[in-house]
Amino acid sequence: MVDRLLQEASTFAGSIDGLILLVLILVGFWFLVAEGIFFALIWKYRAKPGRKSQYLTGKEKRIKRWITIPHGLVLVCDVVIIVAAIRVWYNVKMQLPPADYEIRVIGQQWAWIFQMPGADGKLDTPDDITTTDFLHVIRGKTYQFQLQSRDVIHSFSVPVFRLKQDAVPGRTITGWFTPTKTGTFDIQCAEICGIGHGVMEGQMIVQDSAAHAAWIAENHPPTRFAERSR
Amino acid sequence: MKPIATTRSATGIPTGRLAIWWVLASEIVIFGGLLGAYVMHRIGHPEWANAAAHTHTMIGATNTFILLTSSFTAVLGHQAAERGDGRKAGTFLVFTIIGAFLFLTLKSFEWASEIREGFTIQANGFWSFYYTAAGLHAAHVLVGAIVMMFVARDAFRNRELQRVEYVGIYWHFVDVIWIFLFPLLYIAK
Amino acid sequence: MAEATAVEARAHAEHEHHGPKGILKYVWSTDHKIIGMQYMFTGMFMAVIGGFMAYVFRMQLAFPGLSVPGFGVVSPGEYNALITNHGSIMIFWVAMPVLIAAFGNFTIPLMIGADDMVFPRINRLSYQVFFLSVLVLLTSLFVKGGGFGGAWTSYPPLSANSQYNLTRVGASMWLVAVMLEFVAFLLGGINFITTLMNSRAPGMKAYDIPMTPWMIVLASIMFMLSVGPLVAGAIMLLFDQVLGTGFYDPARGGDPILWQHLFWFFGHPEVYVVLFPAMGITIDVIATFARKKLFGYKTILYTAVATSVLSFFVWAHHQFIAGIDPRMANIFTITTLLISVPIAEMIFVVIATLYGGSITLKTPMLWALAFVGEFMIGGVTGIFLGASGADIYLHDTYFVLAHFHYTFFPIAIIGTFAAFTYWFPKMFGKMLNETLGKIHFWGTVIPFNFIFIPLFILGLGGQHRRIYNFQNFPELSVPWMVHLRIIATVSLIVMLAFQLVFFVNVVWSLRKGPKAPKNPWNGNTLEWTTESPPPHGNWPADQLPVVYRGPYEYGHPDREEDYWPQNLPA
Repeated sequence: MVDRLLQEASTFAGSIDGLILLVLILVGFWFLVAEGIFFALIWKYRAKPGRKSQYLTGKEKRIKRWITIPHGLVLVCDVVIIVAAIRVWYNVKMQLPPADYEIRVIGQQWAWIFQMPGADGKLDTPDDITTTDFLHVIRGKTYQFQLQSRDVIHSFSVPVFRLKQDAVPGRTITGWFTPTKTGTFDIQCAEICGIGHGVMEGQMIVQDSAAHAAWIAENHPPTRFAERSR
Repeated sequence: MKPIATTRSATGIPTGRLAIWWVLASEIVIFGGLLGAYVMHRIGHPEWANAAAHTHTMIGATNTFILLTSSFTAVLGHQAAERGDGRKAGTFLVFTIIGAFLFLTLKSFEWASEIREGFTIQANGFWSFYYTAAGLHAAHVLVGAIVMMFVARDAFRNRELQRVEYVGIYWHFVDVIWIFLFPLLYIAK
Repeated sequence: MAEATAVEARAHAEHEHHGPKGILKYVWSTDHKIIGMQYMFTGMFMAVIGGFMAYVFRMQLAFPGLSVPGFGVVSPGEYNALITNHGSIMIFWVAMPVLIAAFGNFTIPLMIGADDMVFPRINRLSYQVFFLSVLVLLTSLFVKGGGFGGAWTSYPPLSANSQYNLTRVGASMWLVAVMLEFVAFLLGGINFITTLMNSRAPGMKAYDIPMTPWMIVLASIMFMLSVGPLVAGAIMLLFDQVLGTGFYDPARGGDPILWQHLFWFFGHPEVYVVLFPAMGITIDVIATFARKKLFGYKTILYTAVATSVLSFFVWAHHQFIAGIDPRMANIFTITTLLISVPIAEMIFVVIATLYGGSITLKTPMLWALAFVGEFMIGGVTGIFLGASGADIYLHDTYFVLAHFHYTFFPIAIIGTFAAFTYWFPKMFGKMLNETLGKIHFWGTVIPFNFIFIPLFILGLGGQHRRIYNFQNFPELSVPWMVHLRIIATVSLIVMLAFQLVFFVNVVWSLRKGPKAPKNPWNGNTLEWTTESPPPHGNWPADQLPVVYRGPYEYGHPDREEDYWPQNLPA
């Protein structure tokens, strides 16, 4: 349902959308039942001349059943949602699948800095590639990111991935994603960070391996770094 | 000038006592929040013990003694008030007030010497909590002493003697907070 | 019984009414009804300011970069100040003063049969502190650097360091204003709680107390027990701002997430602090206009207490992705989803009360029913956010915003209008016009839905909060989103326009409206046994009511009338 508003472009996006849909169905059902009964009662018991209101103490079993049974069923629905939510949460936030690449994402007032490993595949070596505000990744590869902030709290969010994680100064927080579609997608900062909060937009550029390699060759050829490190 | 509402007691507890207990409940949460945050930080920052080593335990202990004694005189004041002896109640409250000002005076000297040594509120996390927690407590001591002056004045005129008990309950609370602060700030080194 | 009232009458006679005359009488009054009015009018004034702020920022969002009539072009800094102060004002300077301080002050002594609060001078002091907080907040909008723009949640390091927020003076003044407001409500709470506990009319047992006073007192207790850590946290934030301490500065050993815990430990119970009074008012209005005994008085109380207690254990659902230990998220998702159970039960009992009733849809009843119908949307959408896995996507989007407006707006606006139209005759001695009341009702509730349903959809589409211009984001600039933003803004303007009907109704009715009888709605509770408006002291000193039954004995088979006032001897 959510994907009709915004496409899914990561491996876990579908599970998050699925959870939202599950909640919608369970909660939507109870909502419609409750509102339906609510309006039906207002209509049925509108004041009629000659008809006095009933005196009900709240102990009448036939009416109480209408409260206690739904009460129990709501609890059951809650448990179902809890289990589903924890499963999604565990998959996205509590476990780290083996990564193809490790990257660093740094938020600052008011830009995103991305550090990718270069040809050696390792982060924090002289051939790292640093970009500002756009991140090039490869479809189908798993990225583990180290998220940091230079100043205030920011939040790294890629809506099409259904990904979000606050970046807290003084901490390095780990997350992961695996893109499933090529394209250029929005990166939004999801925690108010000053007057530039709305102009910190970034771009997640997902390409197939060949196109990605071509981009690297054109913009960050390895020879330059080899020269510098001498 | 008091409403009839003040003469009622559906719970059987005098209204003033009920009120002061609710005040204490909200104050406990305030200090609880502050001290809880301090304890969490202290656990995460074992190096704060180096800063804490510089607090003057003897002064802290002396102030503890002063506060406990002032609580004792407040109890004696309450007993006198229960017997209807306003003059004695007021006198004991005055002793408590003197204790309060002794406490605050000693604290000013203590803080002045610590600041001279460079241990300011900005010096590090430990000192930030030290001054904030002890300062918030000292503010409560000061306000309590001022309120107590009004209650004492009324007590000397044999008026509103029930308030001697209520201000005493508040005073015991101020004491109890200090009983927590003293080990947390002075003894944990 | 007679002896007790004679004693009371003597005590009252000894208390004579001297004091300033004229307008000063209102400034220095200790009468709970006057203090209630002071809170109400201040709160309503602040609602106009908060509403104007919403108009300005929604115009910016619908028509980015264009000059907003009545304001001008909105800069990013101004945008942040507008949303920050809109939120802060609506919660701290509208919802709380109107629902708790105004209606609490007005109704509690009257509904329990007392002549005033037990501490009238502390009552007056609480308003004076509150008034000071209003002055500080409004001034903060005009100081150098402008109003604080770090959102009502004020997360450090942004809020702690003026190099980051660029509003050094505004940030500290905002914080001081909030702290003063807390002090005012702590003072007020003492009065409400002790007055309800102790000053009830003879014969009024705990389960004979109407829901409005009960719920306001439960709310006060929750407030008093939850605000403490935030008071401590606010002192620490203020020290970071003005003294250069590092409580929340990671470079100095501090922790920004500490603030979040201290804030939300209060922030979550706070939403129930405002919900309960609205719920209590709604119950009293529904019982009166459905002529029905509340279906489960004790159930409501037990679920309210259960909700209160549980509300202290859910706070970190605001912080699922904030950088807390992910295992904590599991605990909080469980507690958060479980809290829906007592609240659902409360709502079911209220709906069940309609069964077998004889419902008259006068204006107060329309508002009370709208509260139930609209609040349910807010309640169920909370489930999406409490499910931690879903919150990964929905956190900080417009889905959150629409959820809390579907809870807060019914609470603060619909609940207020229910209370105001219900007790207006008692407060002012005149009847409001029913036709204007109904026009105002429909002109508020229908547009309200057209503001916020679009925002749910925008949130599901990935639109995040607190961003002043979505044109920078290609995914958010698609036509359907642009159109929904415009629909929301236009609906807001329509809704604001219909508030003029309310003002006209009030002004006209005060001057020319029909005189109100003592009991225009044939209600059971004690406030309807005295004059409209009640005199100073509420009843003559020797005629304070005595209570013989509960507040909801409507439709009793032993009675010919369909109501049975609490103070009528058996």
